[in-house]
Amino acid sequence: MARIFSYIVHKDGVPDDSAAELLAAARQIDPNAPLTAVVCGFGSGLDRVCESLRPSYLEVWKIGAETLAYANAELIRKALVKVLPPQSVVLVPHDHFGIDLAPGLSIKLGAAFVSDVVGIEGLQSSTLNIVRQEFGGQVSAHMKCDVSSGAVVTVRPGAFKSLDAPGINGQVVDKSLEIGVPSAGRRYLQTVVAEAGDVDITKHAVLISIGRGIQDKENVAIAQELADAMGAAVSCSRPVVDAKWLEKSRQVGSSGKTVKPKVYLACGISGAFQHLAGIKGNPFIIAINKNPKAPIFHVADVGIVDDILEFIPELTNKVREMHSVSAK
Amino acid sequence: MEILVCARRVPDTSENEIALNSTANDIERDELVYSINEPDNYAVEEALQMVAKVGGNVTVVTVGGDDDEEILRREMAMGANHGVLITDDAFTGSDGRGIATILKAFVQKGNFDLILTGVQAEDGAAQVGGMLAAMLDYPFASLVNSIEIVDGKKLKISREIEGGNKEMSEIDLPCVLSIQTGINEPRYVGMRGIRAVASVPIPTYDATQLDLVPNTVGASAAKVKRVDYFMPTLGKGAEMLTGEREENIEKLLELVAAKGGLK
Amino acid sequence: MLQDVQLETQVTSWLIQAQLLVLSIHVLGIACFAYIVARRLVPLMRAEHDSRFDRTSARIGKFLKYWLGQWKHPRYRVAGVLHILIFAGFLVLAMRAFTVLIVGVSENFVMPGLSGETGHIYEIITDYAATLVFLCMIFAIIRRLAFQPARYAVPEKFGKAHKADAIFLLSLIAILMLADSLFEAAKAASQPQLGVTVAMTSFLSLPWVLKIAFASMPITTLADIYFGSYLLHAFAFYFLLCYRPFGIQFHVETSLFNIYFAKLDRGTIKPVRWGVSDEHLDQVKSFGVKTFEDFTWKHVLDFYSCADCGRCSDNCPANAAGRPLSPRFLTTKARDYAFQHYPMFGKAGNGTPLIGNIYSEDEIWSCTTCGACEEECPLLIEYIDKIVDLRRGMIDEGNVPQSLQKPLKALESRGNPYGKMEKKRADWTNAKEFKQVCPVITLGKQSTAETLYFADSITSYDDRMQSIARSTAKVLDHLGEDFGILGAAEKDSGHEVRRFGEETLFMALRDHNTEAIHGSGVKRIVTSDPHAYNALKHDYRDVPPVEHISQVLADGVESGKVKFNPIEDRDDVYTYHDPCYLGRHNQIYDEPRNVLDAIPGLKRVEMSRSRDRSFCCGGGGLMLFYEPKEEERMGVKRVRMAAEAGANVIVTACPFCMVNIEDAIKVAGLEGKMSAIDLVELADRQIARNRPALDEKAFEAQQHEAVTGR
Repeated sequence: MARIFSYIVHKDGVPDDSAAELLAAARQIDPNAPLTAVVCGFGSGLDRVCESLRPSYLEVWKIGAETLAYANAELIRKALVKVLPPQSVVLVPHDHFGIDLAPGLSIKLGAAFVSDVVGIEGLQSSTLNIVRQEFGGQVSAHMKCDVSSGAVVTVRPGAFKSLDAPGINGQVVDKSLEIGVPSAGRRYLQTVVAEAGDVDITKHAVLISIGRGIQDKENVAIAQELADAMGAAVSCSRPVVDAKWLEKSRQVGSSGKTVKPKVYLACGISGAFQHLAGIKGNPFIIAINKNPKAPIFHVADVGIVDDILEFIPELTNKVREMHSVSAK
Repeated sequence: MEILVCARRVPDTSENEIALNSTANDIERDELVYSINEPDNYAVEEALQMVAKVGGNVTVVTVGGDDDEEILRREMAMGANHGVLITDDAFTGSDGRGIATILKAFVQKGNFDLILTGVQAEDGAAQVGGMLAAMLDYPFASLVNSIEIVDGKKLKISREIEGGNKEMSEIDLPCVLSIQTGINEPRYVGMRGIRAVASVPIPTYDATQLDLVPNTVGASAAKVKRVDYFMPTLGKGAEMLTGEREENIEKLLELVAAKGGLK
Repeated sequence: MLQDVQLETQVTSWLIQAQLLVLSIHVLGIACFAYIVARRLVPLMRAEHDSRFDRTSARIGKFLKYWLGQWKHPRYRVAGVLHILIFAGFLVLAMRAFTVLIVGVSENFVMPGLSGETGHIYEIITDYAATLVFLCMIFAIIRRLAFQPARYAVPEKFGKAHKADAIFLLSLIAILMLADSLFEAAKAASQPQLGVTVAMTSFLSLPWVLKIAFASMPITTLADIYFGSYLLHAFAFYFLLCYRPFGIQFHVETSLFNIYFAKLDRGTIKPVRWGVSDEHLDQVKSFGVKTFEDFTWKHVLDFYSCADCGRCSDNCPANAAGRPLSPRFLTTKARDYAFQHYPMFGKAGNGTPLIGNIYSEDEIWSCTTCGACEEECPLLIEYIDKIVDLRRGMIDEGNVPQSLQKPLKALESRGNPYGKMEKKRADWTNAKEFKQVCPVITLGKQSTAETLYFADSITSYDDRMQSIARSTAKVLDHLGEDFGILGAAEKDSGHEVRRFGEETLFMALRDHNTEAIHGSGVKRIVTSDPHAYNALKHDYRDVPPVEHISQVLADGVESGKVKFNPIEDRDDVYTYHDPCYLGRHNQIYDEPRNVLDAIPGLKRVEMSRSRDRSFCCGGGGLMLFYEPKEEERMGVKRVRMAAEAGANVIVTACPFCMVNIEDAIKVAGLEGKMSAIDLVELADRQIARNRPALDEKAFEAQQHEAVTGR
């Protein structure tokens, strides 16, 4: 049986949450296969990451090079191609890095490719059965993937529950010398940090989050009033930023901010995964949406089918009432 | 600069309700409105703006059938110089790799400096751009949200990464970029413009013209196949509050207060 | 006797000696004026074609009412009366002015028809006319200096005010009158001394007063005054004549033509190109106005004719809301552009784009096409056509705000701006309780009817507005009308699509609907949407006659078929808000009011801005999607006007007014204190029926269920 590799994304010497999730995904593919982590990077940070993975993975393949200090997918792909054995199954998180690396990697490895997998049903000889979503999460699909010549699979962050480290004593295998000197037609220059904006949504315990359902720039004020009444902040999903109704600093999602509030009110948000990916820490999620079939209702704790343009002002009034009563 | 944009015609999901057809092998498509995949439209707009600055041509290509011609016409009405339809029965059932193979064959017939795709389409796969680049051995960048032309040999691009941050890179031409929505503000395509290009002939290419070997494309070559569609089960799902709005509000506030969300 | 003759000859001999001078003044003055007018005509020659030479009798009618009759002027009382007096004075004095000028060359000249007794009466009148104009000028100058109305002010972004220029011109006219009076007075004062019959000067007129002042002056002084005032008159006359085409006073010359050539067809928009039929439009290279030369010659004439009175902007709701649009400056900026690019000497015009130079995009998108400006303008200057043409130009260039692109695309693919499915257009008829009491048929090949109820998009799809559709259906049903709807075959009327400049899309919608209407076999159309009403009446061709539901109700009230139950809450005070496209554009003011007044016990008040002065709610159709930069919403202003009038219920007859007003009630913080209801909803509620009425509570509960799915 081919090796299963988990590509580990890391920052500042610490593996990303996806490392443990990929472990779970790998187990779903083949509960008995020996699992290997592959980590690229440079310096002591890389070493710390590899150490921390030893309890989880039988082998941790370390690929260290100065050129890989920044995770440039173009360079990393070249390195991986040199190192990975034929017919490998490689799991990568479906984040901005995975989107960048995985498709091209599958071509260079001559492997099959399937992305944004939310469920793995198992391996039947050389057919991997997986579950994906399409149309913004409105439908799911069963897919089968021929992995006889290997596969590259990107896994949706959060789709697989992190597995605790099995507590094995894995070995770090240094593969750095096998990659040669990779060069690529794309060179990293710098990272431009997003502007701070007037409100830091990552610091608020309660977020009133609005989506396309707010319909109009003027209606944003309705959400702001509720936020004011509750001492909360207004955040939003991508379409609201694209329409320029709020600045980018208010966006929650994979390409926006990651928030860890206590309470998250999702108003008029459909629940596309890119948005949900920005919500961590398992907050209490209340979803209000006109469409009873909105995917958000799968992930919310409490759901209300109603028109947010009418619901929110009434909610605001009620909150104000409560405050004025308690103030007396 | 010769720019190729790979586009796709997809159902418009924002207002469409997606439902399964009777046999569940596909979604119900009868009442769907189709249009160009939104990120692809942003890509065409970006290409038009680049060509307006440095000269050149914008070609829009799609792999499909007669129905897909309409998006080519729309993009030509928007200003693209050429529209190309790649069509052949042999292409049916191609997976992402198959599509990339087809597009690669087309790219090699031409002389393009830059190839753009949208970040992803309705299937959310986000694969064709990266695959195409690897097949051509061109550098690749995904989630591109700004492009600056440095000179005839390279571009300065930014990629959208977490937290709204931007990863700035330099990339050599020819290259492939997948474009993220919001990179620009696409111009309006009026009905008049669309009518004006309604009769413009659109060249087509088939498998033979592209020198494609049958076992590299189509259903037979596909390594990834869809078995069926199904409606996602709720799992735990949300506790739905039914009742009058006033009741719901009270219950909601109760729960929020219990979680420490009310001051 | 010989002495008399000598003296008289002496007087006139001055003039004869000066004849050459006077003649040269005339020649120079006329030549100058002719040259100036010729230069001013150049942009008109370069402008687009406009079809204004037809329907002579209707045009003469307009000329009589608006030019001669100064019909619009009294809408602003002080300025209006002032202007009417000045205008009358000018007309009367026109003959006299010419006579005076010619006298300088041919001393005994008398205007044909004004000799003898007629001449005497004329002279009496002209004396008073000159006095009146003179006094008006003084008053106008004082008004400008001391209590200038707000609408004359020029906000900084639009340039400088022309106060000094205005006072200069007013003074010049006063001087002209004075010169004329001095001339007459000098002559009259000299006549006793010369022993000639004294020409009459009218009692208490300016010449009369001056004559008395001159009574004891020596004849040589009088001669000097006579000669001097003549020259002053001539100079002033020709200076004014040649100066007027450089500013707002040009309207003195152009107003006659501008009013004669004014637009006769209310409610519709000019074609993309006059003389080019729809089928041949694809041959037109460029749609709309992009450069100055794309305007038609009549529009250029409009720019010349603006008197900068500010009445248009004073009534413009977009201006009041703080949007970048001010109609007055649309015109004056264009006029300044014309003067600058078509100078007296030197090369003319160069076709620079207007948007981004003298106009901003937001300025042009801000207009709701309410027509208040056109209603107000005493010179009948047209605005809506120009704005639509400018929008056509922007659309042609692909220059459309992102917020409008989505609804336009939805209109193209789904026939409604919300992108909702065609098959759901008739869903409003399926509301359970409603369906039981009032089943509505969908017309087509299988079923036909007398009347079509054209619901249009918002009434069909919007949860709130569907109640208007149901009420309309119930009213029609009560009246025993044989009616049906087009259902999924109906597309948006395209009214706003056209006014936003997407002419091609509009034509597609119009043609589709026209075919559907013909296919349904109806003989009459009824709608509850004034925008649809206007479109079907003025923009569409070859469709059956259309009525608005308020007209149907008014007919029912008059014939006795419609009787109302008395109003329940006697404390409610109602006010009627005239929708722009029912009221101002189609002059349906009384019918809705008659319906309201037929409801026993209904207390109704009028807002200070009502009927043709009604204040736009904020606009309909695509305007609901546009996000303007403004200080306060038009709807909020309107709701405050209703509160000021003492009303707590606003009745309107347009679904877009309903959206804007209900929204504004919330934004203005008047929820619970003010409510809004559509005329047909109110009628439906109050109609005295024989059969049991719909159980309101049960119906509302069912509505709630439909919206929330529970």
